[in-house]
Amino acid sequence: MFVLIVGAGRVGSAVAKRALAAGYEVSVVDEDPLSHERLEEGGGPTWEDLGGHFTVGTALEVDALIEAGVQRADVFIASTDGDNTNLTVAQIVQRRFGVEKVICRVMDPARAAWYQEQGLHTISPTQHAIEMFEQAIGLE
Amino acid sequence: MYVIIVGAGKVGLNLARELLDKGHEVTLLEADRRRYLVVEQELGYVAQYGDATELWILERAGVQRTDLVIAVTGDDEDNVLVCQVAKEKYECERVIARVNNPRNLQHFKLLGIQPVVSATDLILRLIEHEVPRYGLVHLLALEEERLEIIELEVQTGAPAAGLRVADVQLPQGSLVISVLRAGRGFVPTPETVVEAGDQVLLVLDSGLEDQITPVFSSNGADSVST
Repeated sequence: MFVLIVGAGRVGSAVAKRALAAGYEVSVVDEDPLSHERLEEGGGPTWEDLGGHFTVGTALEVDALIEAGVQRADVFIASTDGDNTNLTVAQIVQRRFGVEKVICRVMDPARAAWYQEQGLHTISPTQHAIEMFEQAIGLE
Repeated sequence: MYVIIVGAGKVGLNLARELLDKGHEVTLLEADRRRYLVVEQELGYVAQYGDATELWILERAGVQRTDLVIAVTGDDEDNVLVCQVAKEKYECERVIARVNNPRNLQHFKLLGIQPVVSATDLILRLIEHEVPRYGLVHLLALEEERLEIIELEVQTGAPAAGLRVADVQLPQGSLVISVLRAGRGFVPTPETVVEAGDQVLLVLDSGLEDQITPVFSSNGADSVST
């Protein structure tokens, strides 16, 4: 299983590390070279030593996506800090590269819901938070 | 006509002014509060504050009844989203998007967002027009319709030079629509004689250039690459 993740923030890097530890092949793209640090525990082996890949580039740079292996990805995760970037790159990867499983993070619940209806797999942390707060105060 | 313009930068603001001048109804959306306050000073209620990629902001602006949405923010992903949502969710038939980074043009096309306007692209075309080192200028490409209009210079000794338009051997799917001679343009008749030094405008089905350029080139071959 080959997982390509664009956006190595808290969410992207945590999922990347878990996936690599679980034995998946993992490739990460981020525009900030320094975000590479989030993929490594201090003092431990490097991300590359563990078998991970890292490419510096923005989400919409096709060359960076190709270098990162989008053409053979089984799973694509868009987890940059921009909703619109995630929605755009997810659709590009789905339509142009035919990646089977495409998942994107969308903070705005309304946008997440509509794009979900259009056939994208969206995850909205905001919507999850709302539901958990509601549950916590006894609303159903 | 009711027009929603997204992004009140120089392009958006000037577009709003022009459209208002022409008597259209306009709403100009701006997500940056400080910029909004500046624009609102001039345009009043025409300006609205908010991120147009939030669905309720578009709805508040009246996207359901708009005739045209123009997305001209400095962020290509935002422009993609606004146009996609306007078209597909709110069934607005006409959208125009600005492409900031010409490399993103392919993404707009892939997602069905057009027409698009790219300043870089426009300037490149102007350069092509002013400095036609390839002898052929693309004036217009209607990609959906698969039609193009090109401009070519008739070179001395070209197969077409000295022939009547009716006798010029052109492939099916192409037509000479205008001749520019000595700084003046006119619509030719079948009797018009094509002269060396003329600029001719042709309308053609996409992909026929390679068959057409030799007809107007001096060696009858590919002077396109000179």
